[in-house]
Amino acid sequence: MANIVQFENVGLRYGAGEETLCDVSFALRPGQFYFLTGASGAGKTSLLRLLYLSQRPSRGIIRLFGEDAVILPRDRLPGFRRRIGVVFQDFRLIAHLSAADNIALPLRVAGMAESEIARAVREMLAWIGLSERAGARPATLSGGEQQRVAIARAVIARPELLVADEPTGNVDPVMAERLLHLFHSLHRLGTTVVMATHDWHLMDRVPDAQHMHLERGRLVDPTVPPEPAPPPPEPRRSTIVRSGL
Amino acid sequence: MTRARGRGGAEARALDDVGGAHVMSWVIAIMLFLTLLAGAAGLATARAAGSLDRQMAGRLTVQIVEGEAGRRDAAAARVLAVLRRLPDVARATPVPQAELARMLQPWLGTDAEAAGLPVPALIDVDLTSDDSGAIARVGTAVTRASPAARVDAHATWLGPVGRLLDTAAWLAGAIILLMLGATTAVVMLAARAGLEAHRGTIEVIHMLGATDRQVARLFQRRIALDAGIGAGVGGIAAAGAILLIARQVGALESELLGNLRLGAGDMGMLFLLPFAFVLLAVAAARAAVLAQMRRML
Repeated sequence: MANIVQFENVGLRYGAGEETLCDVSFALRPGQFYFLTGASGAGKTSLLRLLYLSQRPSRGIIRLFGEDAVILPRDRLPGFRRRIGVVFQDFRLIAHLSAADNIALPLRVAGMAESEIARAVREMLAWIGLSERAGARPATLSGGEQQRVAIARAVIARPELLVADEPTGNVDPVMAERLLHLFHSLHRLGTTVVMATHDWHLMDRVPDAQHMHLERGRLVDPTVPPEPAPPPPEPRRSTIVRSGL
Repeated sequence: MTRARGRGGAEARALDDVGGAHVMSWVIAIMLFLTLLAGAAGLATARAAGSLDRQMAGRLTVQIVEGEAGRRDAAAARVLAVLRRLPDVARATPVPQAELARMLQPWLGTDAEAAGLPVPALIDVDLTSDDSGAIARVGTAVTRASPAARVDAHATWLGPVGRLLDTAAWLAGAIILLMLGATTAVVMLAARAGLEAHRGTIEVIHMLGATDRQVARLFQRRIALDAGIGAGVGGIAAAGAILLIARQVGALESELLGNLRLGAGDMGMLFLLPFAFVLLAVAAARAAVLAQMRRML
């Protein structure tokens, strides 16, 4: 099966500074679950931004859904973005819309009929356990509830690729496991999931997941302890998705 | 997936009411109020100028200046007879002395002639054409009939008034164009400010796969609503002001100002102006948002 995403020697530089990402090469297979790890500032968010087409690389090749995303015309980007679900680190819920309306946004953007949207949103609210809070504004939701709304918004349109930037970073361990369960359910339905996280304990919960580890903007083999920084906790899964997979 | 027929809901409400958002309504109301007043003034002035042109064209007054009343009246009769025979003259009407006395009363008192003040005889003449050759031929014939006769073409002394009215009408047109330009600029600035104020929301919608046109539609709806409210308020206020001024002009009973009125076509044009404003505002907002969106990936 063709890779859903392929990075070849991708570099990303903001302004005139050093490269945030350097020679990043990897491939993501359809329907796989990937954890992206790395210390703060290692470039995880930048890599995810490239994945969800919020940024173009400074160099290298990115193939997304079989097409060269680097030279993709601007007017074709919305179509590609609709195939990608994004859970932002800071949720980015629209403050003046209810939880239900936030979740419905991708379907409205896609032009779905309101009757279908209402049904899909009801199902999604039940799935994340927030049926009773459908009309609540984000400000009145707890951090965990906001997180679940953000995840529901990211997955309601059944994206082929789901990108989540530390989606469990602001919730307690029990909620983190529940959220991970949501991602894993989606993954089992065939969505490719890329989840940036620091939580090694959480990674244990997805035995079939693969790991990518970033250090100072480079993808490294997490089984090899980096120098001179102390090694990251022993990775549980050893399958590294690197260039040429 | 079926297309939504009428989509309100969250997408339409995606842009919340930030502070000062409805300033646009007031700006449009004021702009439209001024534009409608300028438009009404311009159209009425143009109509008055046209009417004046028609009044001046081919009209002249023959004045017989003779100190002695008997000789004056005899000369006036000769001149009138000559005028009525000329093919260039459509109509020659002597101004009654009583009417002349009434016109002079404010300056000369009630019985100027009895006081020995010479009062000329006047004959109003309508020509069959307004070309200068006809005026010259009438002048020659009249002078031959009486050396005391003088010909005043209305175009000579009312011409500057006509030109003034024409200038005023063009000025009103220029003011309307400037107002439309200023409105466009204000709406574009407001749309850009709105885009900046809602940057977070726009980025999220953009990342969810919204096209530039979808984002622009959000602003178009918003601007159309604000502009519609503004156009309603400005239009009603302007209609009231125009009616008030029309009533006051009508009460003046002035021959010149009496022509300052609006025809049905003028009213129709003014009625369409608020709709044009809303369309202009929507188009300007769309252009501004699309231009800004093209700067995003």
